[in-house]
Amino acid sequence: MSTRLTTGGRLLNKAKQVTFSFNGKQFTGFEGDTLASALLANDQMMMGRSFKYHRPRGVVASGAEEPNALVNMGQGGKFEPNQRATTTELFDGLTCTSQNHWPSLEFDVGVVNNYVARALPAGFYYKTFMAPAAAWKHVFEPIVRHSAGLGKAPKDRDADRYEHFYAFFDVVVVGGGVAGLMAAKAAGQAGAKVLLMEQTAHWGGRAPVDGGKVDGVKVDDFIDATVAELEAMDNVTLRNRMMGAGVYDHGYILGYERLTDHAPLLDGPRHRLWRIRAKQIVTATGAIERPLSFAGNDIPGVMLASAMRDYIVNYGTSSGDRVVVVANNDDAYRTAFTLKIHGLEVPVILDARPNGGGALADAAREQGFRVENGKGIAKVKGGKRVTGVAICAQAGEGAVLEEIACDAVAMSGGWSPVVHLWSHCGGKLIWDEAQAHFRPDPDRAPTSHDGNAFVVTAGSASGPLKLGDVLVDGQKAGEVAAEAAGFAVTSAEAPKGEVHDEAPLVPCWMMPQGAGPKLRMKAWLDYQNDVKVSDVKLAAQEGYESVEHTKRYTTLGMATDQGKLSNINGLAVLSDALNQPIPATGTTTFRPPYTPISMGAIAGEARDEVFQPLRRTTIHDWHEANGAFFEPVGHWRRPYCFPRGRESHADAVKREINQTRESVGLLDASTLGKIIVKGPNAGKFLNMMYTNMMSTLKVGKCRYGLMCNENGFLMDDGVVARIDEDTFLCHTTTGGAERIHGWMEDWLQCEWWDWQVYTANVTEQYAQIAVVGPNARKVIEKLGGEMDVSKEGLAFMEWKDGKIGDFDARAYRISFSGELSYEIAVPASQGRAFWDALLEAGAEFNIMPYGTEALHVMRAEKGFIMIGDETDGTVIPQDLNMQWAISKKKEDFLGKRAQMRDHMASEDRWKLAGFETEDGSVIPDGAYIVDHGTNANGQRNTQGRVTSTYYSPTLDRGIAMGLIHGGMKRLGDVVEFNKVDGSTVKAKVVDPVFYDKDGEKQNV
Amino acid sequence: MLTLQCPYCGVWAEETELHAEGEAHLKRFGPDSDDADFESYLFMRENPKGVHLERWRHASGCGKFFHAARSTTTLEVFGTYSAQTLEPPQDIKDKISAKIPNWSWREFS
Ligand SMILES: [Zn+2]
Repeated sequence: MSTRLTTGGRLLNKAKQVTFSFNGKQFTGFEGDTLASALLANDQMMMGRSFKYHRPRGVVASGAEEPNALVNMGQGGKFEPNQRATTTELFDGLTCTSQNHWPSLEFDVGVVNNYVARALPAGFYYKTFMAPAAAWKHVFEPIVRHSAGLGKAPKDRDADRYEHFYAFFDVVVVGGGVAGLMAAKAAGQAGAKVLLMEQTAHWGGRAPVDGGKVDGVKVDDFIDATVAELEAMDNVTLRNRMMGAGVYDHGYILGYERLTDHAPLLDGPRHRLWRIRAKQIVTATGAIERPLSFAGNDIPGVMLASAMRDYIVNYGTSSGDRVVVVANNDDAYRTAFTLKIHGLEVPVILDARPNGGGALADAAREQGFRVENGKGIAKVKGGKRVTGVAICAQAGEGAVLEEIACDAVAMSGGWSPVVHLWSHCGGKLIWDEAQAHFRPDPDRAPTSHDGNAFVVTAGSASGPLKLGDVLVDGQKAGEVAAEAAGFAVTSAEAPKGEVHDEAPLVPCWMMPQGAGPKLRMKAWLDYQNDVKVSDVKLAAQEGYESVEHTKRYTTLGMATDQGKLSNINGLAVLSDALNQPIPATGTTTFRPPYTPISMGAIAGEARDEVFQPLRRTTIHDWHEANGAFFEPVGHWRRPYCFPRGRESHADAVKREINQTRESVGLLDASTLGKIIVKGPNAGKFLNMMYTNMMSTLKVGKCRYGLMCNENGFLMDDGVVARIDEDTFLCHTTTGGAERIHGWMEDWLQCEWWDWQVYTANVTEQYAQIAVVGPNARKVIEKLGGEMDVSKEGLAFMEWKDGKIGDFDARAYRISFSGELSYEIAVPASQGRAFWDALLEAGAEFNIMPYGTEALHVMRAEKGFIMIGDETDGTVIPQDLNMQWAISKKKEDFLGKRAQMRDHMASEDRWKLAGFETEDGSVIPDGAYIVDHGTNANGQRNTQGRVTSTYYSPTLDRGIAMGLIHGGMKRLGDVVEFNKVDGSTVKAKVVDPVFYDKDGEKQNV
Repeated sequence: MLTLQCPYCGVWAEETELHAEGEAHLKRFGPDSDDADFESYLFMRENPKGVHLERWRHASGCGKFFHAARSTTTLEVFGTYSAQTLEPPQDIKDKISAKIPNWSWREFS
């Protein structure tokens, strides 16, 4: 069993007991425990089940690389799945449940997948997609649904707060082990502004567990002294519980700081995402031990040798009473010694190397350990817990020599540097034959804007593993980084760390070397995703030669641990199957983040009201106070309608339209884009921007214009007013103001930079109100003032400056509704007062505001197009029968050449027409006009589609515009629009102008 | 996330402040052009592994468009320069040549 020891536990505060619950059971632990160590101390080795086969899984590691011990943490608004027990600090009241099981962790129905494992080989998903659809629906989908999903998705809103923090440093050091401490100290002493971050709560990394002396003092004391020195330096910032999540272009690095995960009662944000610019980055990210691939290596109780050591030394917790150690290197002997010192039994050390180990192995024999060279594990015995191992010769095929009872196995396949951060932004790796790992190639570092390296590795992350080498490498990395960041470095001698001679490891990618299919099917590579040696072999056999393809085919390394344990072993197996050296296979791409970070941290403060900036017109408060129902338009919120009392939205829209057409209505049109274009060449410039001729527009007049891109497609429209000889005011759509201003600037700055034109986006400088309806003039006249707004004084498509009442107004006689209409702009500061004045003056005409929906319906009744409805980026003005707005006199305008291309000039293009259903109903949004026959995919042929479709209160029936093959030539035809339920609705092709075809109402 | 120096206002701007505006030094073909020239103007773009000349806009800054010469592989920025030019300035071409002697990009080298 695994239990709490009386010895060890340097990180524990045994005076402070805490209680927590796991799957509803109450347990106790100590302050300083991780969730994993506390569970182990309560003999809870089994912590979850695997993703695909739901096999029982115990904890295998002690840090961020843990693939198995994932739990659902917390409840309600604090619920979060997939939390690693190994990196979760224990606190009083912690509540968690294990994942991937039903109905219980101990008894799981899904484990049946385990017995049909032969039916779920590599590429299972892809293969089933090739099967007949019926098989997918009735056979595979139920199986997959039952087993799919890692953890549970939270249901409640996240109750915590998160924040982003921007920071700038000369040198950022990631990793607070001895190498990182040395690097930070060296860079700090050179005068650099340094940030040192460590993902755990403790400084020193693995060194205190591995032991040894530095300059004659215990490494623990050396670490304390160094941290104290760093804390005393003003130019050095230390942060623990902060992970280097990713390294990006030009020295950008993300730090993920967990502020209250270990103490949820603390005030303040839960996580802080540091968005850092660094001149230089030192990755002192250490190394991760590799598992060994033998049959049954996933049975709870099989653990990394170093992790077992960590649990004893750091947390005073054993993983088993009788532990078999199996390894291909000397480091694992340290675990055997640690086990023995703390009173645990080690029946045998299996050293897979034919000639065994070095000094540490000799010491083991002297201490009376049974050491077997050239031996390995044929098979682990047990189900939910290890009960023993069968020993075999490593060189053979797995013939059992002996069975040994034990309740845990400590395995070590060597160490791989953590190269993730080095690789994120392009750092390259080289294969180190002696250590059998990929390590950073210092000659091919990630480069910054100046072409120079901006990442340097330190300590085990560079490759060396021995304490003395790590200290030297760490100090050197700090010096290199400080110098590259522009600081003078006086090189000092690094502290001397103890170095023991170790015998080289011998790569061991399969145990035993000649394991047959039966053993390979039980040798796990990726524990979380249930990828076995046999799966990778199968992928190779089926022709998957690229490591990136094999990864996706088998899902090797695609779990939340992103292959931290499985990567190298998987590559080695693939290389072996392809009969090529490992460097020829290469690695998959390392992508940020290093370990998963919370969605909350990514969002930061960007939620609710501050999710994105909200643009408000000067009249917005009135809308809000008067019950407006808003819809988002760009960053604006525009009233959709103004429902009164319990009135439905549809009824409100109907009332607003009827009132406007019968008397007078008001529209807040302030959001329309307004761009001033000014200069001696302004007319010439607008002739290029618009399809119309704008240079001939007379001062005092307005003209409706169309804008196309160079592909010929319609991109915006609006009314242009000529203010004076040199000045135009261009209206754009609400969403288009910034885009169209940028578009104009693009051409002025990059193509016609010698033209004398200046543009300014003055959208927010004005409030603009449309006064619309037969009584519009009366309302304005009632306000008084000097402006003559009579038919003669301000004719249709004219504009005028002057006083309306006391307001400084610019009135445009333009109409988007078909009614008598004035769009009146006043300085933004007068907007609200002007709105109030109009409401007061219009009271006797029952004036009322209308929203965007009424605007849309009224324009559709008039057959006016709307950018985004009639256009979708593939529509040219000719499709909308707007030849009248395209100048034939101009030699050039943006889009002209494109509109001459065959396809654009084709008679086969779908063109605009109006539609009236035979039964008066409203055609559904997005409906297509069906045609005879089917296409190559067996889908019904189509001959057009609806673009705008509304109930028209004015006509009391459904009206629509749409594009149809043949366009207006089809007048009178009856066509069928499809509906979601599979039926169709018949409609007649009609003129799209449904209301006041001669335009008499707007021209009074 | 790239940082580029705006040649107009001098700010070292982070990518979030900038807007990518596609390939640099495109020659516009208008109504008189033949189909092949027009097609190449509209659709044919470089996608180099290495030296690339691009347009950017300091969109959340001074609003100016500018050019950048950079490497898509090493992320080195050889320089940023005015939008009002038909070719990269000699000093930037020299800087590229010093690093990548036989570079070429469209008609420039
Ligand atoms: Zn700028």
